[in-house]
Amino acid sequence: MIAEVYLHLMITLQRSLAIAKKNARIYYLKPPVLIFGLLFPSFMFLAFSIGRTINPAELVPALLGMTILFAASSVGPLITPWERQAGTYERLLTIPVSSWHIVVGDVGSSFVYGLLISLLSLFLGICIFNAGPAYPIAFILVMFLSVCCFSALGAAMAALPTDQLSNVMMLSSLIRLPMIFISGVFVPLKELPLWGQVIARISPLSYTMDLVRWSFGNPLYFNKLTSCFMLIGFTLFFLYLAHIAHRQANRIF
Amino acid sequence: MHVIKASGLYKRYGNTVAVNNISFTVERGVIFGFLGPNGAGKSTTQRILTGVTKPDAGVVEIASYNLSRQPLKAREVAGVVPEMANVYVDLSAWENLMFVGEVYGVGKKKRAERAAAMLEVFGLFEKRHLRAKGFSKGMKQRLLLCMALMGDPEVLFLDEPTSGLDVQSTLIIRELIRDYNRQGKTIFLTTHNIEEANQLCDLVAIINRGELIVVDRPENLRKTFTSLQTVEVAFQPQFISPDLLKKTDVTKRFKKQGDKYIFYTEHPGQVIFSITELCRSEGVDILSLQTLRPSLENVFLDVTGKLNESGGKENDR
Ligand SMILES: Nc1ncnc2c1ncn2[C@@H]1O[C@H](COP(=O)(O)OP(=O)(O)OP(=O)(O)O)[C@@H](O)[C@H]1O
Ligand SMILES: [Mg+2]
Repeated sequence: MIAEVYLHLMITLQRSLAIAKKNARIYYLKPPVLIFGLLFPSFMFLAFSIGRTINPAELVPALLGMTILFAASSVGPLITPWERQAGTYERLLTIPVSSWHIVVGDVGSSFVYGLLISLLSLFLGICIFNAGPAYPIAFILVMFLSVCCFSALGAAMAALPTDQLSNVMMLSSLIRLPMIFISGVFVPLKELPLWGQVIARISPLSYTMDLVRWSFGNPLYFNKLTSCFMLIGFTLFFLYLAHIAHRQANRIF
Repeated sequence: MHVIKASGLYKRYGNTVAVNNISFTVERGVIFGFLGPNGAGKSTTQRILTGVTKPDAGVVEIASYNLSRQPLKAREVAGVVPEMANVYVDLSAWENLMFVGEVYGVGKKKRAERAAAMLEVFGLFEKRHLRAKGFSKGMKQRLLLCMALMGDPEVLFLDEPTSGLDVQSTLIIRELIRDYNRQGKTIFLTTHNIEEANQLCDLVAIINRGELIVVDRPENLRKTFTSLQTVEVAFQPQFISPDLLKKTDVTKRFKKQGDKYIFYTEHPGQVIFSITELCRSEGVDILSLQTLRPSLENVFLDVTGKLNESGGKENDR
């Protein structure tokens, strides 16, 4: 019984890893990934580093939060529509992988990309603004959870049943840009009007922002544990959405 | 042992019934040709058999695994070349093969050996580290076939593997199909190329408008359709009035093809008698005359109802 579960797990791991490696080779250097995952956050950093006098302990968490969101969710939305368009998705459905293997592989490759870029921007934050987290371990943990969550979000967006890349890119911007404004990135949550504070709760980025701010030595708005559980909950929800969508994928054939 | 067992497959898209209640079995070690005109439902059937499309009704078993209950097990023993599929053009031939090998759980050493051997056979070994983006259609198709073979599958599903390829690529692929079959493997070959089916297949199924019409050996198909024997005659002068030909009375089914006339008949001897008589009385010479057994092509055209269509010209010339 235990041996069986172990075997099952190993097979899942092996197949997801194969998919993740394939994704990394193909998609990390695709233009939309570079634009949203690398250039966009870099420009943010540059734009804010020039001639502003905002307190770095306020500014850097905001930049990091955005970077985590955009970097982690930049690879995921690309993969499935790209493969549908290129004609490789149909074969992916004929080799022995389940929709969970595909989802874990896609999220895994997004995760690694998101983590690398986030670490890079943490490094930039320390170098340019001389502002590092007050609780480094807590920050790394928060980053880990959040990158997971937004990678899953990316995979869920990719699962829109279409082979038009532009549809998915539009949807992903439609979801991510408003998230920045309702999640207390530029204005701390407690300074938002009441309706803003209510809406903020449906955005996973709010919890990321609150925890990142806290790890930089600012006061908390939500409860620490609640935020962590919310992020985990959102992650599972997005994973489930992506899984369902891949299972329905054969509808388009 | 049944390697493929399909029972009551049914699939519709809107108002089109793409696959209508199709059932058949394929034994181990058989090359099974799946033949039909464009839009007959061949690819849809293969997609159902390989788990890409869910049928509205019906059950598929691959090597005794129920495809809808144990999809991964069933896919582990199958290798597939889908109709519209492509290789990963951003990866090299080698990386494409390694990816598939990993998914099928082939060990690292075995993976490399198998890939190298196959690329050698397919004439791609020298180009193994180039990105597949620069590959020609034929090279991509060969690579697709390599990928399908990477897991050393029990059964191979091929959807028109040689369509649009040059003679050389076609021959390599056909030879490989025979070779793989010699190892006792089963092959499901979708094609609309009758000569290919004739040359390769142990069994041929003919499908038209979603319905399975016959399943038989190519030889039996020809034998059964005795009314499709032909007498091919070239007259001198070349043209002969249809009214005169109709007088032969033995067969009403004939058509002009090139500079010859082709008569379909169950009794070639009688046709020859009447033609020679006619020629003698009309003072027409016969340049050549030969009788032919029914070709698979004619059987195919006949059962799909296309023989009389194309022979619309048959009688009224
Ligand atoms: N995804 C789909 N959506 C709508 N209709 C479809 C779809 N796939 C197939 N069909 C229809 O089902 C019928 C059978 O198509 P199929 O592709 O199986 O034919 P085929 O025998 O493979 O033809 P070909 O020789 O052209 O490849 C056609 O009428 C086609 O229009
Ligand atoms: Mg087809």
